[in-house]
Formats: sequence, C-alpha cells, structure tokens
Amino acid sequence: MVDATTFDLRQHVGGNSHSSGVWIALIALIAFGLLRYENFGGAYNISSFLNFNAMFIVIAVGMCFVIMTGGIDLSVGSVAAFTSVVAAYLSPYGLQVALPGTIAAGIAIGALNGFFVVAMRIPPFIATLATMLGAKGGALVISGAQTISIDWSSNFTKLGMEQAFGILPWTIVVTGIVVVGLWIVLERTSLGRTVLAIGGGEDASVMMGLSVIRAKFFVYTLSGGCAGLAGLFLASGFGAGQPLEGVGWELSAIASVVVGGTLLTGGMGSIPATVAGALLLGLVFNILNFENGRGVISLSAYWQMVIRGGFLFVVILFQSRVARASAKETS
Amino acid sequence: MTTGAMLNFDKARIAHYGGPIALVAILLFNVAITPNFLHPQTLFVNISQVATIAIVAVGMTLVIATGGIDLSVGAIMALSGAMAPLIFLSPYAEAYPTIGLTAAIGVPILVAFACGLFNGVLVSVFNVQPIVATLIFFISGRGIALVLTNGNLQTFTNPAFSYLGTGKILGLPFQGWLVAIIAIAAWWMVAHSTYGRQLLAVGGNERAARLSGVPVRKVKIGAYVICAGLSGLAGLIVVAINSASDAARIGNLMELDAIAAAVVGGTLLQGGRAPIFGAILGAVIIQLVKYTLLANGVADEVALIAKAAIIILAVYVQQARRE
Repeated sequence: MVDATTFDLRQHVGGNSHSSGVWIALIALIAFGLLRYENFGGAYNISSFLNFNAMFIVIAVGMCFVIMTGGIDLSVGSVAAFTSVVAAYLSPYGLQVALPGTIAAGIAIGALNGFFVVAMRIPPFIATLATMLGAKGGALVISGAQTISIDWSSNFTKLGMEQAFGILPWTIVVTGIVVVGLWIVLERTSLGRTVLAIGGGEDASVMMGLSVIRAKFFVYTLSGGCAGLAGLFLASGFGAGQPLEGVGWELSAIASVVVGGTLLTGGMGSIPATVAGALLLGLVFNILNFENGRGVISLSAYWQMVIRGGFLFVVILFQSRVARASAKETS
Repeated sequence: MTTGAMLNFDKARIAHYGGPIALVAILLFNVAITPNFLHPQTLFVNISQVATIAIVAVGMTLVIATGGIDLSVGAIMALSGAMAPLIFLSPYAEAYPTIGLTAAIGVPILVAFACGLFNGVLVSVFNVQPIVATLIFFISGRGIALVLTNGNLQTFTNPAFSYLGTGKILGLPFQGWLVAIIAIAAWWMVAHSTYGRQLLAVGGNERAARLSGVPVRKVKIGAYVICAGLSGLAGLIVVAINSASDAARIGNLMELDAIAAAVVGGTLLQGGRAPIFGAILGAVIIQLVKYTLLANGVADEVALIAKAAIIILAVYVQQARRE
C-alpha cells in the first residue's frame, strides 16, 4: 500500500531502472545504424526522420500525462485525423489561423474526454473509445471521406516543408518547444505533482486536498491538444487533411510510453524517456528501410508490423523482469 | 429523501431494462420507418452480420469478467481468416478435400488458441497489464496475416467451407445457430460450472480468490484462450461469407464492436460479471443501429458517431446502477 501512495523523485527524472533500458536500446540502435549504414548519420536522414516522427512524439508526450494519472486516451489517432482535416480547411487563412484553430479543435475533443471521465465518471478506456469512434466519424463527415488538399499559396506549408533558420524543419522546433514546456510542467509545477500523485493514489490525493478534478481534466485536454498539433503536422507535412489516417496511432503512443518505462498503472513517468521510446519505435522502421535499401533482404511494410509487435514484446518482458526485481528489493 | 430513493429506483430500473428497452425501441422505429424491415431477407442479413460480433463479444465478456481486456481479437480474426484459404487452396488439400477442409478449420482455430495462450500467460504469469499484453498481437497479428498472404486478396470457390457463412438450417443462417450454441454453452459454463464460479471470483476480487485457493493464473489464461478461439472462429466465418480473404480488412475494429457489445450488455469493466446473453443483446443492438442508419441512407461515418453515443450512454447508465 505504501508503494502506491508515495512516489520517489528519482522515478520521474529519468534515471530510474524502468527507463534506463530505453536509453541503452536507443544508443545501441543508433550506434548500429551509424556503423552499418553510410548515410544514417547524414543531415537528410536525421531531419526527415525527426520531421516524420514529430507527430508521434507529441502524441506520446500527451499520452504520457494521461497514463501518469492512471488513465488512457484511445482517441488520439482519430483526433489527429480529424484535426488534420480541420487544418486543411483552415490552411487558406494561413498558419496564424490554422495553428491555433487546429489545436483548439483537438483541445475541444480532449475537453469532451475530460468531461466524460471527470463529470460523468465514465472509465477512461470507454470514454476515449467513444470519442475515438466519434472523431473518426466526424473526420469522415466533414471531409466527405476524401483527402482535403491544403492551400499551397498561404504560408501554411512552411510548417512541414521549410527549415527554421535554414537548419531544422519547423515541425521539429515546435515539437522541441512543446516537449520541453511539458517536461517543465511535469517536473516543476504543482499541476505536474498533482498528476503524478493521482496516479500514485487518487483517493489519497483527494484527501491531501490536491485539485484532482482539475488535473484530470487537464491531462485529457492536453492530450487532445497534442493530438491536434499532430494533426497539424500531418496536414502540413503531407499536403492534405487525411481523414483515414491515425489508425493505431493511440497504440503506438501507448507503446512509446510503455517502452519509455512508464507503467500503465500511473504514478510515475518520464517525458524524456517517453520521447526516447517514440524515437526508438521510429528508429526500428528507419533501420528496416536502410536494410531494405541495401538490397540484401527485402522486408515489406507487413514485416514491419510483425517486428514492431515483437519488439514491444521483448521490451515488455524486460520491464516485467525489472519490475519484479525491484518489487523484491522493496519488500 | 423519498424522491431521491424513488429516483434511484427508477434509475436502477432503467439500468436493468435499458438493453431490452433500447432493442424494442429500435425495432419499433424500424417497423415504422425502414422500408421492407419485416421482410425475412432483412432478418437473414442481420443474423449473418451480427454473428461474428456476437461470437467475439462472448469471448470478450469472459475476458472482461476477469478484469482484463483483449485488444487482439480483430487481429486474431485476420490471422485465422488469412490461414484458412491458404490451407484449403494448397495442392495437398485439393487432392484430399476432406482432410484439407478439416485442417482449414482446425489449424486456424488452434493457432488462435495459441495466441490466446500467449496473451493469457503474459497477463497472468508475467503480470503485464492486459491492454499492453494484447497490444502485441493487435500490432503484429495482422502483420503476420499480411505477410502470410503477401497482402493479396484471396478469392475462392469452396462450397463446403463457405457453408460456415452461407449455409442455412431450418431456413436460418448457419452462423446464427452457431451463436445460439456458443451463447448457451458459455452461459452454462458461467452459471453452473466450477470454472465459471472461479472466473467471476477472480474478476470480483482477485486477492480473495487467490487466498481461497482459486487457481487464478489458469482461470485467467482460460478466458484469453477461449476469447482467442472464438475470434479465430469469427475470422473463418467472415471469410466464408465473402468467399474471399483480405487480411487487411478481416476483423478491422472488431475489438471496439466486441467491447461495446459487452458493455452495452451490462458487463462491468472492473470485472466480476459475465452476462453472456447481455453481450448477445448488446451485439444485436449495435448491429441494428448500424443497419437502421444504413437502411435509411445515413452514411457509415455518422453511424460511427451514433455508436460512440450508445457506448457513452450505456456506461453512464451502468455507472448509475452501481452508485
């Protein structure tokens, strides 16, 4: 019981035994790539890799907040699809309208999730399952089940296609700001502390006088906003609103969070480790692409699904052993 | 005080009869609005489509009763659905049709059982959370199915196999009878067998169940194995109905339909309850809502939103019942 209601500072700064695995694996995979493929460390690969994975990173970070409270958000993929369509419709008015408008659309759906969970006390799994279906339906309805082309004459495409200061794509800059901002929120604000405390023990947090309701509402709204941003990246990076995209993204995001060492029961979690988890899952694809490029083997996209699942399996097994070992230590 | 009590009473009553009331309402609405609703053909179409949801929902209900969840059902359907034609279209099976047919039905279901065993062991022995454990096959199961078929659509003519999806007994679709048999067997198991008691005990209070000598691990593994086996069967039925197998599409989003059916049918996500006939009722309601919207020219997309609303409403009412 004591384990569930207290939390250790070390656990969410990123240096705990749960998340050390992801850093080791990430470094090993990068080293492997650098040694094996000539262009792996090239600017083009790094920039296009990060550009493509930016949307998965922001979604995973939002998901991490939800999971830390012991909840889950299954709606993120559909919300990203929905907001990518919204972004496409807003693109003629330029980025200054499309950016806030798209994120607002994501926040609105996130707030709906928060309302279902907090006010109607519907289990998060079910509440966000329903908004997942609803947002998917909504995306198809407003787009007529067509991809919606963005307006190429406005400054909207700047986000996904141009480089900030001639070095990094804007997408990566925005992602970096969001990640660092949310890291600070988690580690340095009372809201962040409350989020972790809720996952540690919700009843205890209520009794301690923490504003549990506000924090829970916040995490779902945040996750919706992150999914909205991902939708914006999706539309700007691919030049169109994609109502059919986003299938399975929630599960990739959950996988990133889990690979990053966060337990689904909540109470602990690390933003940097989650980002590392998302990068790791992305790298598996990147390396497979390079491997295909060498022409020795030829693995189809289907194999990538299998390998991704197998990879998740290995990480989970590793974590369950670590968790059991640390449980033995404490007891 | 009295008004409050009465309100609670009414809420409880609505919660208890919500499913049947919703069913009757949808039926009456359809009789009044939908053209040709009372035609026997409508009944056949709905029975043949609801069967797969209902079969998977029974398995899902058992898993949820242990306090778990199974996200891999759709992927397992795809896997078994992809395997069957591979087997009965092989040269050996063409030469020995009976053995081929038996293998085409038996092997995919055995593989599905193995997937369920994998899920169950991860959940109960390695203590991996059910969402994460079943996520592995959710991602890779369909991938394996696509690798096996190279992503190709397999079409076939095999009347014996297609009987699973198109056969009729006493004028009603074969899979409808299959649902009835599975539901009755599962209901009997939950209500009258030792395993059923243990299943509910584990879901109700795992610690108490363990302390009173219930083999918690075996019970949980059993639920995942049954659920996976039923999903495998449902995958075969989908392929048999279409006389074609498309690994990318079989069982897509089935996990959502099955969970929704179980929840609408009164299964508590916390576990401890396994209303089998409730799950069948839930599956029928979800199918009828889909059909009603489709038959009245409402787009598929809007049907998704309707399904979302039903799920929220059902759980909200259920929540009221518990409080």
